[in-house]
Amino acid sequence: MSNDIETMRALQWQYPVDYGKENEYEVDVLVIGGGLAGCHAAINAAKRGAKVAVMDKGPVIRSGSAGTGVDHWHSVCTGPAAKVSPEEMTQIMCTMPWFGGKYCLGLGKYITCKESYETLMDLEKLGVPIRDLDDEFKGAPFRDERSRLLYAYDYDAKTCVRLKGGPLMKPLLSAELDRLGVQVFNYVMATSLLNEGGKIGGRIVGATGMSIRTGEFYIFKAKAVVLASGTPYYLWTFNTELQGGAAKFYDPSYTGEGQLMAFQAGATFINCENSKRSFSGGFMRNPYGVGDGSNSWYGAPIVDSNGKKVPYVDREGNLLKDEEVMHYSKGIGGMDGMLIRDLEQRIKAGEYTPPFYADLPSMDPLERRALWGLMVGNEGRTNLAVYKAYGKAGFDPDKDMLQVPFLPSNAYGGSATWMAKETTPVYWREMGRPGCNTVIDWNLKTSLDGLYAAGYVIGSTDSSGASTTGRYAGRNAWKYAQTVEQLPYDRAQVDREKARIYAPVTRQEGLGWKELKIGLCRVMQDYCGAEKNEEGLKLGLKWFDSIEEQELQQVCARNPHELARVIECMSHIGVGRMIMHGSLARRASSRLFDFHRLDYPEMDPPEWDKYVSIRLNEQGGIEYGDLPLNYWLQEPFAPTYKENYDQCCAK
Amino acid sequence: MGKFNAALMLPNPMTPNKAIVFNESKCTGCNKCIDVCRADVLHPNPEKGKPPIVLYPDECWFAGCCVGACPIEGACIMTAPLQQSVAWKRKDTGEFFRLGMKNPPPANTKPPVV
Repeated sequence: MSNDIETMRALQWQYPVDYGKENEYEVDVLVIGGGLAGCHAAINAAKRGAKVAVMDKGPVIRSGSAGTGVDHWHSVCTGPAAKVSPEEMTQIMCTMPWFGGKYCLGLGKYITCKESYETLMDLEKLGVPIRDLDDEFKGAPFRDERSRLLYAYDYDAKTCVRLKGGPLMKPLLSAELDRLGVQVFNYVMATSLLNEGGKIGGRIVGATGMSIRTGEFYIFKAKAVVLASGTPYYLWTFNTELQGGAAKFYDPSYTGEGQLMAFQAGATFINCENSKRSFSGGFMRNPYGVGDGSNSWYGAPIVDSNGKKVPYVDREGNLLKDEEVMHYSKGIGGMDGMLIRDLEQRIKAGEYTPPFYADLPSMDPLERRALWGLMVGNEGRTNLAVYKAYGKAGFDPDKDMLQVPFLPSNAYGGSATWMAKETTPVYWREMGRPGCNTVIDWNLKTSLDGLYAAGYVIGSTDSSGASTTGRYAGRNAWKYAQTVEQLPYDRAQVDREKARIYAPVTRQEGLGWKELKIGLCRVMQDYCGAEKNEEGLKLGLKWFDSIEEQELQQVCARNPHELARVIECMSHIGVGRMIMHGSLARRASSRLFDFHRLDYPEMDPPEWDKYVSIRLNEQGGIEYGDLPLNYWLQEPFAPTYKENYDQCCAK
Repeated sequence: MGKFNAALMLPNPMTPNKAIVFNESKCTGCNKCIDVCRADVLHPNPEKGKPPIVLYPDECWFAGCCVGACPIEGACIMTAPLQQSVAWKRKDTGEFFRLGMKNPPPANTKPPVV
């Protein structure tokens, strides 16, 4: 392409490229995704004697949602000062819209409530600082004086620990993987699961991957696989110009390979139809980096331009007195705590004048230090980009009030202001929580033998949710691996996978991956947007088929990095189809899923109080089904959380 | 008026434009930053000892892993895009400040709680 300016400027790729070269490994347990869930799974299998490998698209030392930090640790119901039992906390979470309300996957929540504190103790043993050992917060109302643990959100319930060592967590977990002899494959993206005999629905006997630096191919034979991949993201929106990566909650690696490979292998999925107006694919601000009253900022005094304070309300909308704000929410105040609900009307009536500010200087010094120095200082992506960068620019929380973005007046209530959700077009959406989940049993086994799952994939989001379920799945995967033989993979299945992923590097020129990616987003916006119907969803599926046979066949990748991005576009099509099928399967509207079927407008008819499921049959045909809510407390399972946990926890 | 730049035929600058910048006089080209980047934005410089190439600034997520892994203060610099600049008001004087402004107030170097 002599007239292509990019080619004219191009330098040689600096990694040795060998597309398709096969590297084969044999392990007991393979973990896909090296975030918190994956690390804990790998560690807990390895320390019981398993030979383990971890595959991660990024670097395990910093990958995943907590890769750069986390400032809180939820659900320590068995902690030294906790006032809420695992059963009670599970029940509370299963009624909160944040966790999906009635669709909340309670079994994962219960596992988290049971093991959150133990897992935190594991982390402390690895060197993650969690206690106020130097007594900086002595006497603070959120400190338990005996354990010297610091708490957030509800100072009575004491179920959420304010964490000081968040940014150290991944480096220390990564070191522990090395110490245990776990083989870590950084910058190797998983691309498919391998079934026994190459048959959809067959036992999982391994997986394939590709190095995003060298293009080499990886084949793992494994007795058990733990799927610990992240949120399928960037499905409805992708652009680097309007917002930039700074305004995205997830990094560009969150593209849904994990969900798609499990689905293609025959696993049953639920909650695929749950999407919501995007909080972080829209016009978001740097997370935790603006004046706010939610999440890490929960309880911060918010004042208007004249210094007039905006009150907080409880979950039911009742006004809270200042002294009540940190004492009502059973430990999960940061999730749904918010400012007075009629702020919009009050602004329009002239009672409050934007812009608003977080009035840090007016706070008690220990509270202020806990909010800015402890939480914002150690939350994901804030340590450097917010705490240190703002400090360097002269921001001083003792003197300065951080501005809340000047948003439309309806945008202040209901969610964190940095999310700016109300400014996002309604058809710019993202996966809900829970969203696109594998059906799991009490072993955290999916519907496929040999395949276990943890973290986002099973609706166990958040640092403690991912870590605890990873730990539990790691134990159970190893338990299973000890009972089965290593099986050969099916060569034809591997060959099909190689043909699928390497085609874009055989073309000399063609469409770039970004153009394809943004085109796929448009299909999701148009046919799987805020309002859906059968005609539109079926058209969306047609569009994907059509793009797959036309534009996808014209995409050219000029190096392994671009090839990885094209493979992500293939995942985009696949996960998009899963979402459209899930949406077709639910022939009713649902408030909690923000799911509006124009052809089935009735909201939450009781007969649809169930999960709808999708799966591929052995011939590759799609099948819809359903599952009762709380299926994990019904036959064949025991009727209580405790009995099931005790039987299956594999401790 | 100074000397004008030579006019070059080039594509437009990337957005964001200056996510990561290396100070060539400080960077030793150790490439530690490359192997901690979550999105594999950086690429080794063909010339050994030189700063990495910021190959994919459009994929930068501004996590700052590169800056955190850099052994030399000020060799690797991350700058938030202008559209993510934030503002604050000094409570007792009412002064307006923003991230990236000219003549900022003195730096506040108090470390976070660790």
